[in-house]
Order: sequence, then structure tokens, then C-alpha cells
Amino acid sequence: MDGGRQLIEALRRICGDANVVTEHHALRTYESDGLLQYAAVPRAAVLPGTGDEVAAVVRACHEAGVPWVARGSGSGLSGGALPIEDGILVVLSRLRRILEVDLANQRVVCEPGVTNIAISAAVGPSHFYPPDPSSQIVCSIGGNEAENSGGAHCFKYGFTTNYVCGLEVVLPDGSVMTLGGKELDLPGYDLCGVFVGSEGTLGVATKITVRVVPTPESVRTLVAFFDSPGHAGHAVSAIVSAGMVPGAIEMMDNLSIGASEQMAGAGWPLDAGAALLVELDGPQSECDARFDEVRALCEQAGSNEVRVARDDAERQVFWKMRKAAFPAMGRVSPHYYVQDSVIPRTALSTVLDRIAELASEYDLQVGNVFHAGDGNLHPLVCYDGHTEGEAERAEELAGQIVLACVEAGGSITGEHGVGVDKKRYMPKMFSEADLDAFQKLRCAFDPDGLANPGKVMPTPRLCGEVPGPYREHPLEKAGLAERF
Amino acid sequence: MDAAGVAASLRESGGVRVVAGGTKLGWGRPIEAPELSVAELDAIVEHNEGDLTAILQAGVPVATARAAFASAGQMLALDPPDDGATIGGVVATGDSGPLRHRYGAPRDLVLGVQVALPDGSLARAGSKVIKNVAGYDLAKLMTGAFGTLGVVTEVSLRLHPAPREWLTVVVRSDDPRALATAAAELTHRPLEADRLDLRWEDGAGAVLVQLCGPSARERAARIDGEVVEDDDELWAAQRAGQRGPVVLRVSTTQQGLADVLATANEHGALCVARAAHGLAWLRFESADAELIAALRARLGACVLLDAPAELRRAVDPWGPLTAEPLMRRIKARFDPHDILNPGLLLR
Repeated sequence: MDGGRQLIEALRRICGDANVVTEHHALRTYESDGLLQYAAVPRAAVLPGTGDEVAAVVRACHEAGVPWVARGSGSGLSGGALPIEDGILVVLSRLRRILEVDLANQRVVCEPGVTNIAISAAVGPSHFYPPDPSSQIVCSIGGNEAENSGGAHCFKYGFTTNYVCGLEVVLPDGSVMTLGGKELDLPGYDLCGVFVGSEGTLGVATKITVRVVPTPESVRTLVAFFDSPGHAGHAVSAIVSAGMVPGAIEMMDNLSIGASEQMAGAGWPLDAGAALLVELDGPQSECDARFDEVRALCEQAGSNEVRVARDDAERQVFWKMRKAAFPAMGRVSPHYYVQDSVIPRTALSTVLDRIAELASEYDLQVGNVFHAGDGNLHPLVCYDGHTEGEAERAEELAGQIVLACVEAGGSITGEHGVGVDKKRYMPKMFSEADLDAFQKLRCAFDPDGLANPGKVMPTPRLCGEVPGPYREHPLEKAGLAERF
Repeated sequence: MDAAGVAASLRESGGVRVVAGGTKLGWGRPIEAPELSVAELDAIVEHNEGDLTAILQAGVPVATARAAFASAGQMLALDPPDDGATIGGVVATGDSGPLRHRYGAPRDLVLGVQVALPDGSLARAGSKVIKNVAGYDLAKLMTGAFGTLGVVTEVSLRLHPAPREWLTVVVRSDDPRALATAAAELTHRPLEADRLDLRWEDGAGAVLVQLCGPSARERAARIDGEVVEDDDELWAAQRAGQRGPVVLRVSTTQQGLADVLATANEHGALCVARAAHGLAWLRFESADAELIAALRARLGACVLLDAPAELRRAVDPWGPLTAEPLMRRIKARFDPHDILNPGLLLR
């Protein structure tokens, strides 16, 4: 690439030699994010130490016409932070300061590299930051912001986009803009809402202001075991129909219970068809009143055993079972492929039957872990990459599962993002006109296509010139525009 | 005219004023353009009871939708004033009422939109499931954009279980600062209130806390205030307080509300506020440009909502916009010839 050497020199001047990585073996650290199926080694990785340095880096890339990708902790599961060969990887892990804890106004201002859990730690125990991805001890708030991350407690509390109210962002031309603030409903377009979840394709956030809320007074957790996920699904419907909004409702199937048991050792029955983890939180009296109701509804739906967490230690064990489900699957299968589809909750039984059918058709095992309250499925397609053709078969099966979910009225991704992994499914969910509208937004932020190109949109698109200023339409001149 | 018809009409249009219920035409800069009404798009397309979601066409009155969902024990947690307001208008203006405390603004409840764009296309973004991150969140872009980027023709929304029992605790004070302190203290308690408002009127005020659910009474007993069982009128008055001859919406912080209440007291204005969100509505019988400028200097971001057209010409109803250059770039991509509510938001 022309000018590549000058760009690297410019990056060294901005961030210092020690913070610009160009050796191939060192760059391999960054070749993938949490989705290991994709790998690419960038021309260089740069680790700016301040927001100003990030802006200078992006400006240098813009001047050189070189694409770049921002990366937080690299725990994403859709290849959103997959580098571009010949591009620059902007690693934000040195920007890890909490800049302000404004508890009186329930706001925290921080840099993007701060971990999700660090925010709750900074405002606890009186307050907490609700979105809680399973990777929360390592994932960064910048990555959460870019992906609009969810988590187990989102059914009640909402997603990252419901908690980010202000951003300082560097646009792909290197300019710095403030979107939103500590205040809500600032006049003009909700640019903060647009930027959150844009997967690093509109720019990069260098400061993030989030809302934090009072910690619930009481938390009650139980796990109910059922013969099948279908039965557990009926319990979920009964709980929701009874007007309850539990803090979390999580389901695991037999295969994932078995895998997690090897890692977390909670002593759950290995022959259970499904485990339903239900957590109620809120005022003590409200929790207590509702908790007995939940237990009764689980029993009515056919649960053969309900275990109540007696103390916080046992509650942590229950959650460890759920949060270990992905890594634990590595113990029962050499490789697995995680999906993130969403379905309307009422379609659960139908879609699960379809997944079982597909699994047997492809002769592969599929474990299922769900955020059952909001219909977000995480099918884990198990395969052995050393057996020829099995990886391809697994990928095809995963694709069929995504399609089944879209056909049921759902979405291709609930919280992991489109990234590179699911962009080919975008046309299954969106029409050409929808994708054109997305492109209008992208072009407004990044007309040169330098920020994380090749992600989200199914096919590369260019931005045309902005059409000229207002011209009176011939029909208006003729008076025809009056007909409304 | 159906949604496709709305889109097709835009392709040939030289400029339109988008209307539905027509309850908020007095907001923004006064503009002159032929009206394009979406009021006829008034079907409840889907009510998915088991999924607690619904799809509404833009012209469905919010009151009609709320009544339809109530029969299933569910609610659309949007309670802005104006019973004639449509869902399209509420989403386009981002308007909200006291239920915002717990359930959020339209931006938080909208799952997806269908919009007619000036190039004649009809585009969708989002979905009808409550969790989805596929594609750009154009639903948030359109929510609160006052119809200047696209004409919202259909909205999918998250619903919530309707509470079966409720009451309101009223904590009174005639000292604006003491009242703000009381509200702040309640805001930071894990009460799980459905509504938590402030009110200031004629030299006296109150914090209103609505608690719902089987334990409402027990929780109310822990607050030092008067319990009102039949609280409909209290909340109707809070909603009504967001409308008037001249209304300014103030975006501040929780701590900033003390100053807003003090300002209301000094000027004899009515103030209604969402205590946890730092949002306040100041209602004056009349106001001039000088007063608006003074309020902005003192309180920060103030959007002039209800006001006579001459006042909305004399002062910028929006005040300074952060990231205005970026807003203009977006407007140029979506509505390059400025045909949608031209001049209402960006001039």
C-alpha cells in the first residue's frame, strides 16, 4: 500500500514506539476476537493512551485512506473486531479510566476500555449497572456500546442502549463529536441511540456516559428441572402471563447441563431435560410474594424438582452453571459454533422441534442455552474440526437454525452483533430498501468507508455524493404537490 | 392512502407537513407546507399477547391502543398527554409521560419501525422481537426526529403487564429545595416505583410516588407521606401539566431539578418533573424571547414546546444542538431536498 510506511511512522509519533505493534508474531495476538473461526493479521496494531491520541490515529488513517478497526477486550462473538489485512487495528485497552462517578445524578463517565463489571464495582453496593454480558469480568464498556450488548438480566432491565446516554466519539474523518450527555432528551436527533450498536462502523467512542440505578433490595433465585425444554417453555409463558417480570429467566438443555456440571459442579440432575433458572429481584416484600407464585407455576408446568438458592454462595453456583455453559461445551465437543438468534417467545416449542430435526438431519449435536424471557437462543452446534467436512456441515446447520428463527418472526442476532459472522443472513431479515436506508446512515458518518468496512452489511457498498441542495420539484411548480 | 402510497407520494413531493393526530403541530419552528396525513393508517396490525409485543400503524391513537391491550391485562407503557395523540406522533416527537420513570421513553419501547423515505422507498429497521441487534437502529434515529428524516408509517412496540393494584404516596413541601432533596432521596431508594414525579404550583409542591403490585401498601408504609388510593386525578394533572400556553421542556440532571423548582417558584410557573430522569416541564401563561434566553442561561437545555407561533419565530425553539454538523449530514443523506417538515428542526 502506498504511504503505508509513512502512516506507521505517523502512528509512532502519536502513540510512541512501544504502542505500535508491527511484528507479525506479535500481531497474531489480535488476529481474532472471541469468534475464532475468522482470523486476519492487520498491518499494525496501535494502542493509544488517550482520546486525543485515538482522534489523531483516526485522522492519520483518514489522511492515508487506510481502513481501521477498533477493538476493546476482544471478547466479541461475531467477528466485529476482526482486523482488516493491510488495515490498522486500534486497540482501546489502555483507555481504562473511570473519569467520573456522579452518584448523585446516577451517572458514570468512563473510557471505553473499562470493563463492564468495573462500573458496577465503582457504584456499588448502593447502585449497579444492569447490562451484564456473561463475559462481564473481561469485556469492555466500549465493546458493549459498539455491540449494544445484552446479558441475563436484560428481560427486566433492558440493554446497553437503554443505559448509555452520552458519548464522545471520533468520526472516521478524525473529527470529535459529543452525542447526548448526562441529560436525557437533548434536542435534535438521538445520535447516541444510533451510534450504540453500530458495531464500530460509524466511528469509535472515546468517552461513555452511562446511567446506573439503585441495587434491588432483595434477590431470590431458584432452578426448576423439567423433562424437556418444551415443558420449561410452558413455565416461562405461565410466569410472564401472570404479570411478572423476573430479573432473569434462563434455560439450559440436557447437553448444556451435562457440560456445565463438569465445570461448575452444582450437583444438578444429569438426566434433567431442561433446567430453568429464575431470578426475582426488587423490594423484599414484592420478591417474597412473587417467589412462591413462580415456584407454584413451575410445578404446575410439570417441574419434578425445584431448588431454591439458600444464600448468595448457592446463587453464585447456580449462575456459574449458566455462565459456564459456553466454555464448558468445549469439554464435550472439540469445537462448537455459537448462534445468537431470537424468536418470539411463543414460538419456542416449534423452533426447538425444528432445531432437533435439523440436528438429526445433519447428524450433529446441538446444545441449547437461552435467555428464555426474551426469546434469545444460543444454540451451540457441536462438531469436530478434525473430521473432514464437519466444520462446513456445522456452519450450514447453524445457518439453517438462523433461518428457522427468522421465519418464526425473529432476528438473526439478539446481542452478539452481525459482525462478519452473520452479515450473509442480513438479506433474510432485511429487504434491499431496508439495506439502502442503513447505507444512508453509514454514509452520513463514514462516506469513505474506512471504519470497520466489511462488517454488518452483506455486500460492500460505496457512498455516492450527497445530492445537491433543494430544488423546486417540477410538480411543485405545476401546483401538483398541493394534492395532499 | 396506504404506507406504500405515502412513500410513493414523497418521491414527487416538493415539501410536506407530516401530521397524524395533529395534537403537537404547535411544536418546533412554524412551517408552511401542504399536509401529508397518516391518520388513515389506523390498524392494530398485531397484538402478540404471549410475546407482549404489538405492531401498530402510525395513525392508531395511543388511547385506542392502550384500551385494546388492557383487555388482555397488558399495557403500552406510554402515557403522554393528549388522548388524541397517535402512536406515530408520539414516536416522531419522542413525547412521554409519568410512566417513563420505570418503563422508559418511546425510544426504549420501540422495537422496530417502517418508514417512508423521500426517495419513495419504504424501509424497515429493527424487528418485532424484544431483543435484536441486527442492522442499524434506525428506529432510534426516527424516534424524536419530528418526521424530518422519514415518515413513520408503522411501529412495533414492547408491551408490559398491566399492574393490578396501585396507590400513590404524596410527600408535600412548600420549600422547593427541600422538595428536591426529598425526591432525590426517594429516587435513590430501590422502591421500584412505576411513576416518580415532582410537582410545583402556586408556592407549594409534592413528590408523587406510584407503587404497584401486591406489596404496594407495605412499601408505601415505609415512605413518610399521604397515601392516595384513587390516584387517577393526580396523574391526569401531572400529564396535563406538560401542556399549556407556553411550555418549556428542561433536560437537566437529578440535582439540577432543585434549580428548576426554584425557578418555577420565582416566576409563578407550574412545574412537572420526572425526578429520576432530570426532566422537567415549565408552564407559563405567557413568555417572551428574553425570558426564554434567561431560562436557558440558568437551566441549560430547554426546548420550547407549546408556544404561540410568533414566539417560536422570535426564538429558536430548540436551542443549541450538540453535534449539529453530524445531524445535517444525516438529514442530507435521508432527505437531500429538504421536503420533510422543512425548517421545523434544522434550517
